[in-house]
Amino acid sequence: MTVTESHTPEPADPSEHAALAIDGLEMSYIVRGKPRKILRGVSFEVRPGEAYGLVGESGCGKSTTAYAALRYLPGNGVIDAGRVLSGGEELTAMSASQLREFRAQRASMVFQDPVQAVNPVLKIGTQVAEAFQVMGQSKSEARVSALAALERVRIAAPESVMERYPHQLSGGMLQRVVIAMGLACDPNLLVLDEPTTGLDATVEAEVLDLVRDLRSELNSAILLIAHNLGVIRTMCDRVGVMYAGRIVEEGTVAEVFDNPSHPYTKGLLNSIPRRGLRKTDRELFAIPGSAPPIGADLPFCTYIDRCPIATDICRSAVPPIVDRSDGHWTRCHHADRIGDVPEPDEVTVPYDIGTEQVIGVEGVSKTFRQRGHEVPALVGVDLGFAEGETLGLVGESGSGKSTLAKTMLGVHAPDEGGAITLRGRKMADKATSRVTESVRAISMVFQNPDSALNRAWTVRRILQRSVVKLTGIKGAAADKRVEEIAEAMQLSPRHLDMRPRQLSGGLKQRVAIARAFAGDPEVVVCDEPTSALDVSVQAAILNLLARLQNEERSSYMFISHDIGVVRYLADRIAVMYLGRIMEIGSTATMFDGTNHPYTEALLSAVPNVDGVAEDRIPLTGSIPSPANPPPGCVFHTRCHRAIAGLCEVTVPEMVELSPGHSIKCHLTVEQLQEPIDVDASIISAEAAALLD
Amino acid sequence: MLAIVTLAFLLVIVTLIPNIAPGDPARKIAGGTASPERLIEVTESLGLRDSVATQLWKLVKSVGTLNFGDSFSVAKGEPVMSLVWTALGNSAKLVMLSLIVIVPLSILGGLITAYKKDTWIDRTIINVGIAFSAIPDFVAGVFLLAFLAVPVDFFKVQAAAPPGSSYLTQIQHLLLPVIAVLMVYFGYIARVTRAGTITALDSDYTRTAFMRGLSTPDVFRKHIARNALQPTVAVLGTQLGYLFGGMVALERVFGYQGVGNLILRAVDRADYPVLRAGVLAVAIIYMLATLSADLLVAYMNPRARQSLGDN
Ligand SMILES: Nc1ncnc2c1ncn2[C@@H]1O[C@H](COP(=O)(O)OP(=O)(O)OP(=O)(O)O)[C@@H](O)[C@H]1O
Ligand code: SF4
Ligand code: SF4
Ligand SMILES: [Mg+2]
Repeated sequence: MTVTESHTPEPADPSEHAALAIDGLEMSYIVRGKPRKILRGVSFEVRPGEAYGLVGESGCGKSTTAYAALRYLPGNGVIDAGRVLSGGEELTAMSASQLREFRAQRASMVFQDPVQAVNPVLKIGTQVAEAFQVMGQSKSEARVSALAALERVRIAAPESVMERYPHQLSGGMLQRVVIAMGLACDPNLLVLDEPTTGLDATVEAEVLDLVRDLRSELNSAILLIAHNLGVIRTMCDRVGVMYAGRIVEEGTVAEVFDNPSHPYTKGLLNSIPRRGLRKTDRELFAIPGSAPPIGADLPFCTYIDRCPIATDICRSAVPPIVDRSDGHWTRCHHADRIGDVPEPDEVTVPYDIGTEQVIGVEGVSKTFRQRGHEVPALVGVDLGFAEGETLGLVGESGSGKSTLAKTMLGVHAPDEGGAITLRGRKMADKATSRVTESVRAISMVFQNPDSALNRAWTVRRILQRSVVKLTGIKGAAADKRVEEIAEAMQLSPRHLDMRPRQLSGGLKQRVAIARAFAGDPEVVVCDEPTSALDVSVQAAILNLLARLQNEERSSYMFISHDIGVVRYLADRIAVMYLGRIMEIGSTATMFDGTNHPYTEALLSAVPNVDGVAEDRIPLTGSIPSPANPPPGCVFHTRCHRAIAGLCEVTVPEMVELSPGHSIKCHLTVEQLQEPIDVDASIISAEAAALLD
Repeated sequence: MLAIVTLAFLLVIVTLIPNIAPGDPARKIAGGTASPERLIEVTESLGLRDSVATQLWKLVKSVGTLNFGDSFSVAKGEPVMSLVWTALGNSAKLVMLSLIVIVPLSILGGLITAYKKDTWIDRTIINVGIAFSAIPDFVAGVFLLAFLAVPVDFFKVQAAAPPGSSYLTQIQHLLLPVIAVLMVYFGYIARVTRAGTITALDSDYTRTAFMRGLSTPDVFRKHIARNALQPTVAVLGTQLGYLFGGMVALERVFGYQGVGNLILRAVDRADYPVLRAGVLAVAIIYMLATLSADLLVAYMNPRARQSLGDN
């Protein structure tokens, strides 16, 4: 192995034919008059017809690279070195009008949030047509093309969509619109920056399907940025792993994900639960430390402070590119020692779940009244939490997960007849009338710690208040308790005197968890606690939650849209649809292949890091309005197994398939296991939804 | 709907003014030495012997027929409405001319500063705007008089042109007050526009538009303007109403007979019919201006349009 002294040892000349070639790109943002280095020599190529993925932690420069691919610089951005080429032409040398021409005719970009990406005040038709007008079509020609473009992305009722405003369409439909606009020019290069982040898993799967289909139709090159490794694995041919403004490993997705050769890639992959990993198997790997400070001068390996196999040489020079196999390389001084990167710890303490039910949700319904209409948001929910048990709760957005959480907490009172019980005794409906004993029994961790923590207070004060309020401990004893809790959360004493805004997202979430544990709760409701966090931070939080549970013997209700995470942490899983529990069972039984049709569809929508997913069962259309639930089985309007004449008439009862595993469906186990013929009928269902 | 409630509320307030005003309005009108008989007579003609309800009803009728009777003291014997119409006409000239100057200039200022955010251009324009808007309008007026009207013949001390002057002469006379208004408002409106434009410039749809290959002027025209200017329009609506009645001091400085000045004189001389009519006129204009701004914003923003329809 040779070590190159040069700071930018890059691969050979960018090819003439690459749809995109980024060559030694260095970029900075000028902040308060000083340049901050963001990209430290990024080089890669996307060939025509190829899909190239870019992964890495938040802030590593993925979006900056994506913008650079179309030479779009924020006002304060500067290119310090390097070139961007497309089809052999140098974007970095183009005049403004050449660049406009390039963007109009040959390249397109799709952003993360479709709601933001369309102009709220213009009709969809106007906006899509504009994409054709910039290519020189007349107004009327452009409208015809716009309609065709919407048809091409298989949007329901395209004529009617043309006349609508953005706020009248769902996120999934808007992302189709944005893609339709992006495809207007039949781009040679399509850049997608987190195109499905923030969409429901089922909608995400539909959008990804669409991109995949279009790709084979168009032969355009795709640069796809995603923090979800599963998305990259299922969508891309090759992947580049980015860390602190450099690509540290590149290769085919199979090579990189199955045979990672850089310590960072390995850490990233070990931080997500893969291959059905459970908390009883091993901990997740939380990459220690944090990314180097933004803009730091780093003439050596950027990963050095977090790398378990670093040596002195790593600090003296930028690591060279080391080939692993054909087209798979890593940028590491010790590529041959990758095997020395330790595997995460095995779990030795056994998880032990009590038999007694601590908290019970018994026959809970919740009906909201809205403009004289009744909106049943929860219908007959029965759940029990044993000591030390984690119940995972999954379902699309709008299925009632958060309403259930709030009802348990006493934010909403359940309808007459339902109750939340603590060790068999009914609690008062509203938190305000609950005795302290009941209040402290249930606590909550929210998705967004920013809004949950008082920004004006120090961490110490936040925790103190909860301790005093919930346990009645005062004075020095309370201070001591606060310190104990903080220590259990791996918060250092230094953090106690900081305010939330001085803390990173992961630390803030630790504070929120600390507060949730202040009153020694029986059950902690975690509503998407890690979905705003990077995977390695998520790993640390999940490890913490698992460890605390075993020590404190509390139960969790863990709400998440990430099935992999739920599978890792939960002992049992409940699936919710339109305010009803459709299936509940132990985590093992949920993944043994016999499921409620809704669960089956949800599971098939998950993009898998470990290989190409099987055929996805399309969950067509959106959830019906809870104000107007379909008759019979509420899922029949979207069910791929529905039996005509039965499902839309008769409400299925909850039946137990095996001990502890129950579903609400008319079908027998044999019927549920029959393979199904996937027939995408997305359009008709969406059209139906639109006509509502 | 809301407008009707506001109007009703306003009528009540305006009815109450002479009833709750300190001192005896009749004495003020009739003069300190008036005999008791004379005082009773005046009180009667003011309608202050009626119950408040009757007064209110009369006022409603006055509004309905646009007839507020005659002025007591400001211009004795003249019909109130003719005084109000003249004053409104004068105010309208000043306000419209001000708007014609302020709106394009400050919007342009806002767009430029947003586009050149954090550069010296931005800082200069915004700081100058802030500095000027910190000066009260009448102080600005006095300065303009002293430094422009006195040495430069072109600028006139009197805002009102001699009767029968051409439009150009009228405009020439109005220039100084318009400049004073511009100084006060430029910074404010430019900053509102700047904020709205920065948000719009920073949005993904603007980025999408640039990425689509649109030129910068096209992006501004087609995508940024309608989003960025919504707050500006809303602010202009409220300020337009304010300009009509709120330029009392400025009108005084330039000896201009606008509504503000008329109301002030009516207060001075306890001319309640004129006061009532003047205040109502200004309030109605204020309401109409705000309402049209809301409608315009709703026209610009489909989401606001929908919520307007929901009400
Ligand atoms: N206009 C800007 N001015 C100053 N700093 C910026 C600007 N845009 C981005 N940055 C900083 O540059 C770094 C890289 O940003 P970039 O958006 O490329 O990251 P990313 O990898 O896309 O992150 P994420 O996963 O969060 O989207 C971040 O630290 C970010 O805060
Ligand atoms: S071994 Fe050295 S060069 Fe390789 S990743 Fe670790 S610190 Fe960087
Ligand atoms: S009851 Fe019918 S509609 Fe409902 S899930 Fe089962 S098969 Fe589908
Ligand atoms: Mg990004």
